[in-house]
Amino acid sequence: MIQFIKSGDTLEKNLCGVKQMKIGEICRILDAKVLCGQELMDTEVSSACGSDMMSDVLAFVKNHAILLTGLLNPQTVRTAMMMDMKCIIFVRGKTPDESMVSLAQDNGIVMMTTDFRMYTACGLLYNAGLYTSGSDKV
Amino acid sequence: MAINMRYVVDGSDFTTAGEASTAVKMKLKKLGIAPDIVRRVAIAMYEAEINMVIHAGGGVAEVELESDKIIIKLIDHGKGIADVDLAMREGYSTAPDAVRNLGFGAGMGLPNIKKYSDEMHIDTEVGKGTTVTIIINLQ
Ligand SMILES: Nc1ncnc2c1ncn2[C@@H]1O[C@H](COP(=O)(O)OP(=O)(O)O)[C@@H](O)[C@H]1O
Ligand SMILES: [Mg+2]
Repeated sequence: MIQFIKSGDTLEKNLCGVKQMKIGEICRILDAKVLCGQELMDTEVSSACGSDMMSDVLAFVKNHAILLTGLLNPQTVRTAMMMDMKCIIFVRGKTPDESMVSLAQDNGIVMMTTDFRMYTACGLLYNAGLYTSGSDKV
Repeated sequence: MAINMRYVVDGSDFTTAGEASTAVKMKLKKLGIAPDIVRRVAIAMYEAEINMVIHAGGGVAEVELESDKIIIKLIDHGKGIADVDLAMREGYSTAPDAVRNLGFGAGMGLPNIKKYSDEMHIDTEVGKGTTVTIIINLQ
């Protein structure tokens, strides 16, 4: 348990397990471009997941607010909607078409794109404290 | 007392798949159904709706909201399922690569539906079609 506590973390935070992070902060860490939902940058989230398979997201994701993905089709947005997610981040610089952006916009979902690859994007956010402590095993 | 909803699911357009589930989710939310139940309904119905589009050429979705449960029926006249036990297995999929590239076809749909529902029934006949019934209790 103790060895997972990074310097700068408080024990309390680890026991509570949740760090709140603003979507705007996530955007800054990933050097991302916001495609819609600019007005929602102050929304706080506490966990994220990354996948290109929407069925996996639907199967295993619990209460994650952020979806990192390289999958570029309207079902990405629908999956996020079904899961009550707040933000979709496209990795590898992928940019969705206008219909996808407006679907996200109409449903109050922030959409952004980062040039980082999946592994790095997830790592950067995890390293910044965006994770829930405890086991994430299925 | 019961509220009924009915949606035609277009089997020719993958991009619109999920519209029926989205509409049901919004309606249930508006009716004040608990968020975790709404989410379970949404996910289970969405997987079944996607299946109807990618495996069966579309169909009809019927939702009935009763005082104690929600019953969702997805009715298609597609090719049917030859071996339901096999189809229910995690990872089993006959979806073509084109579907996999769209983020589905991992063989998790039917297991997901089972996971999120209180009851699930599959009535199917090869060459005739499939009806998937999903029941989720309100408490
Ligand atoms: N409505 C349906 N009509 C015909 N076959 C279906 C239908 N739903 C599911 N199947 C069959 O069951 C298999 C497993 O379904 P599922 O678990 O949703 O996985 P996937 O959709 O990823 O292939 C499908 O690959 C398909 O062969
Ligand atoms: Mg499926």
